[in-house]
Amino acid sequence: MGPLIPLDIIDSSWNNVFAILIGILFGFILESSGFSSSRKLAGVFYGYDFTVLKVFFTAAITAAIGINYFHFLGWIDISLIYVNPAYVLPTIVGGIIMGLGFIMGGYCPGTSFCGAAIGKIDAIVFSVAMGVGIFLFAQFYPLFENFYNSTYLGNITVNEALGIPVSLFMIVLIVVALAAFYVADMVQKKVKKVDY
Amino acid sequence: MKDKSKIYWNPYFGGVMLGLLLLATFYITGRGLGASGATKSAVVAITDKVAPEFAQKSAYYSKFLSDDNHPLNQWLVFEVIGIFAGALLSGALSGRLKFKTEHSPKITSGRRLLFAALGGIAFGIGSQFGRGCTSGAALSGMATLALGGFIAMLAIFGSAYAFAYFFRKNWI
Repeated sequence: MGPLIPLDIIDSSWNNVFAILIGILFGFILESSGFSSSRKLAGVFYGYDFTVLKVFFTAAITAAIGINYFHFLGWIDISLIYVNPAYVLPTIVGGIIMGLGFIMGGYCPGTSFCGAAIGKIDAIVFSVAMGVGIFLFAQFYPLFENFYNSTYLGNITVNEALGIPVSLFMIVLIVVALAAFYVADMVQKKVKKVDY
Repeated sequence: MKDKSKIYWNPYFGGVMLGLLLLATFYITGRGLGASGATKSAVVAITDKVAPEFAQKSAYYSKFLSDDNHPLNQWLVFEVIGIFAGALLSGALSGRLKFKTEHSPKITSGRRLLFAALGGIAFGIGSQFGRGCTSGAALSGMATLALGGFIAMLAIFGSAYAFAYFFRKNWI
């Protein structure tokens, strides 16, 4: 029965050991998939390389199916699985700023660490600049503290918010992903190749 | 023959591997993966070291400071140390270890670094409003079907597509 550490099946002193092991695999998978290259990552926004879309959606759906199956089979106490809280407006504004950062910088935080690890100077600059951004946010935090805590809907899932069964939402998600992969391949054939 | 350093995993294979890792992470720890949280911990720790009074009075830093735990003693900090090691290993095995600034031949490396800095600053600010980045908010959130995760994913990618036109000269 999982999750193992919250249920004390594995002692919590092991938590940081797992953090390092999980991180090593995370970094290895991202780098091996090409996420250490900003030009490969940016391809998803210009249609010349859809690796990000494929890896990202496949991973999210694989994990979502897995969690739901584990729950169905009684292998996991789903009430102990952390569901990100929904703060609707701050997340939308944050997402818009992050999207701008993604298209300007060519990386997101996790991928910039991978780029930095193999010597990409642009990734090192991005990683350090991210700290500057967080510092700026903290400096001006009192100005938008109310906004930061606004439109809170709790730790809810999309299917709960829409009042539909989880199975239906999963099926919709899988169909949307398959359609997106199909369209992506069609677009990529029509877009001029970029050599990088 | 194709340069070995340009050969990457099939994206669907990489996606399934990442998904299984994410599933294992939830099964072991009850939580997902992350990245920006480690940078936040580093900023909190540096500020607390350089200006402890200021950090403890700050409305934001004080949320992450406690007397019985060092600000760097966080799960995500250890995970990100792992990310560096794992990416370094993968890059070494594929012959990709090299100091360089990767940029389109149409722009200078100075311009690339300027935009990398601007992008990093924006991502830093945005990840605090969004309570996580592409890993912690979007990917891990989507795995649990969290509403917040889907909102983050749509906002990040929607915004990047919307702004892509203005920055096209940097990339294509």
